[in-house]
Amino acid sequence: MKSRREFLKAAATGAVLLGAHSKLGVSAALEPRKSRVVVARDAALHKADGHLEEQRVLNLLDHAIAAYTGRDKSVEAWKLIVPVGKVIGMKVNGLGGKPIASHLALTLAICERLQQAGVKPGEILVWENSSSSLEAAGYTINTDRSRIRCIGSNMAGYGYEEQPVACGAVNVHLAKILTRECDFVINLPVPKDHDLAGVTFSLKNPYGAISNPRDLHANGCNPAVADLNSIPAIRDKFRFTVGDATASIYQGGPVFRPETLWHPNALIVGEDRVALDYTAWRMIERKRDEMGLQTLAAVGRPTTFLATAASVKYNLGTNDPQRIQLIEI
Amino acid sequence: MKSLFVFAAILFVAVFATTGCKKKSVDPFPNSGAVAGWDKTSETRVFAAKDLWQYIDGDAEQYVSAGVVTTSTSDYKYQGQLEATMDVYTMKDAEGARKILEKQKSKDAQSIQLGDAGIAYAQSVTFRKGPSLVRITAYESTPNAQAALLALARAVEAKL
Repeated sequence: MKSRREFLKAAATGAVLLGAHSKLGVSAALEPRKSRVVVARDAALHKADGHLEEQRVLNLLDHAIAAYTGRDKSVEAWKLIVPVGKVIGMKVNGLGGKPIASHLALTLAICERLQQAGVKPGEILVWENSSSSLEAAGYTINTDRSRIRCIGSNMAGYGYEEQPVACGAVNVHLAKILTRECDFVINLPVPKDHDLAGVTFSLKNPYGAISNPRDLHANGCNPAVADLNSIPAIRDKFRFTVGDATASIYQGGPVFRPETLWHPNALIVGEDRVALDYTAWRMIERKRDEMGLQTLAAVGRPTTFLATAASVKYNLGTNDPQRIQLIEI
Repeated sequence: MKSLFVFAAILFVAVFATTGCKKKSVDPFPNSGAVAGWDKTSETRVFAAKDLWQYIDGDAEQYVSAGVVTTSTSDYKYQGQLEATMDVYTMKDAEGARKILEKQKSKDAQSIQLGDAGIAYAQSVTFRKGPSLVRITAYESTPNAQAALLALARAVEAKL
């Protein structure tokens, strides 16, 4: 683990290497060895009334992105991450409503930085599987293409591809928002305990990009999680993750359970979704331990999908802590 | 004459079995103002078991395997500020409702006298009555949240 100061110094000398599963231009000049994951925290992220302090969210986002890219100027950093002139999708997670969804404050902070980096409002598309999920999470639906759009796949004119795509043993129908609208997707998952998979985070968020996620929950979502993330449209477009760990559920998820809500007050940033999920899983296990709960494996919900996703067959990333460069700031 | 009597008897039993015996379906969701301070702020949405994932993807399976038939949900607001959601799961039988309630019970749950059994936390109340399982969840923690949720829950229990 490096401090941010150490990291930036190393970045300036070219000593820091981006992730083994980094596909972004930011890593092109550097030899990849490890998958980088940044966990940025701010203990004062929530106001006294329990709501997020928007300016602090923006500042935390800037710190996280600076640590990830090695660029202190946020606009320069975002230019390394997203392709300008393309449509940038932001796949949020609305399940559970306002307290435990991808928070609007974070989504707006990213939208602001994207626009400063040269992405036009009409090229930004915030989406989820249903408009009701978005509205329950505090988002306002907007279909005007000249502005930042906020839409659900269930809305008229969007929907799902009629032609199914093989996802392991089952067929899935991909959201047209993903296949026809987005060139690049920023993944905004929320780390939570999951009743079947053990943990849900960045690898599972694309479940909201298909019409039939219910078909991918057998056997602890394994190997369905790996199968889904191997589908080219998902593997190639879900390029960057800004995980919203400002709030989390350590037991009884993935729905909102106020009795097991906790505030890690963090953002988890990276490209390697397996490494990101490994990091979120460890975070949730630590919290469970702190609360006197058994491990997920002990209660019959091991996160086996992680090893599958990291296996040679799928090669979606790494779950080996020795190959994850964890930067905590 | 005898066959006519038998036919009439069968017809009576058939009609009674399909109408008279059926418990009248009730709407358990209190309207605005029915419980002091509470307003119903959304339409009631109803999900069949096969569509429950659309509402609670990832959490639906436990209800399906416990025999959920339908799930109804609506949003509420207390004194114009405290937002809450009420979910009413209608299971195939009381055992299904019991299974789910037991699963949601943790060591810090507070037992409450409501329906056949119930539990409360600072921001949520869950109880079962026959095949119905009701969960009311507040989205914020306020000093009077639990008392307000309990008042709403009692009104629902009376309607089931």
